[in-house]
Amino acid sequence: MSLPPPDLQPGEAAALAARTSARAADEGLAQIVYARVDSPVGQLVAVATPRGLARIAYELENGGLDSILDDVALRLSPAIVEAPAQLDNVRRELEEYFAGRRQEFDLALDWSLTTGFRRRVLQQCARIPFGLTSTYKEMAIAAGSPRAFRAAGGALGSNPIPIVVPCHRVLATGGGLGGYTGGLDRKRRLLSIEAPTLFA
Amino acid sequence: MPAARLPPFQRFLDTHRDDVLRFLIASVGRHDADYAFQETFLSALRAYPRLTANSNLRGWVLTIAHRKAIDVHRARRRNPLPVAQVSDRVDGSLSATADAGGDLWERVRALPARQREVLTLRHAADLTHGEIARALGCSEEAARRAAADGLKTLRKELRDVAATP
Repeated sequence: MSLPPPDLQPGEAAALAARTSARAADEGLAQIVYARVDSPVGQLVAVATPRGLARIAYELENGGLDSILDDVALRLSPAIVEAPAQLDNVRRELEEYFAGRRQEFDLALDWSLTTGFRRRVLQQCARIPFGLTSTYKEMAIAAGSPRAFRAAGGALGSNPIPIVVPCHRVLATGGGLGGYTGGLDRKRRLLSIEAPTLFA
Repeated sequence: MPAARLPPFQRFLDTHRDDVLRFLIASVGRHDADYAFQETFLSALRAYPRLTANSNLRGWVLTIAHRKAIDVHRARRRNPLPVAQVSDRVDGSLSATADAGGDLWERVRALPARQREVLTLRHAADLTHGEIARALGCSEEAARRAAADGLKTLRKELRDVAATP
């Protein structure tokens, strides 16, 4: 006698899983939440902890969603759920920024994906105002290691929270664009939002 | 760091959600499956960061689902209203026409607890008798016997239904 497993309606389990993830986030059971966010510079993945925004990843440049989440699971915790509602503020502020209606992000940040010198450089970088730029050398000086401008470049290249921590505002000392974690086209695009006359 | 290689919880949830839901629909019915599904994965999430990476995640989460199903059945025994339609079937008052479009799993749910548990874990969750024995804390032989007894009862019930004019 055969007992076939019950049939599922299409999308039934997915919808229930989404409600479960939302509840896990609401009840504080998930240590980490994430959402995919559309933007004019490509698909982004935003990751937050109870302390704040920990990661913004350019999805394609980082090997896709799975690879981005594997990395976060390894370094912070595997208790990760997709909870778009928890990242509404991040999505809204990014939208406003790309629409030219926001110059400063008002988001709590969790720096735990970066440490030591790298973190110091990135925290200095976070202070560069909208519309202005700095250099790798100035970042090295600001982080307390004036000769470490190459390492400062490495730190900025490893920025876990690009766009919000504006590593795109850091240029080579001679005025060249330098590098960018999301590719130079994106760097140009972000700078053109902030200083259209210089980078359009 | 024992948890280093565990997949992100969301991927674990997406990988096993269909299996868990099928199992729960079979063991508690569609109405309560929704609640039991959420409780299963919320319990799993609480324990998740402490799991070792080489755990059998599928067997693990189905064992949790099995415990949630037991909770639902216990709650029903304390408050028997929702199972009225099931007991209708046990007393044999069911007509063959009703059963034609009916649910075999409803009959499984009316079996004695151990038989119900073994049949849902084996046929709705596709666990091996070895995994079932571990989940139930019994011997593999006892699990096989309960499955055989349950199937025997079901066959007899279906014969009786077919024989009803």
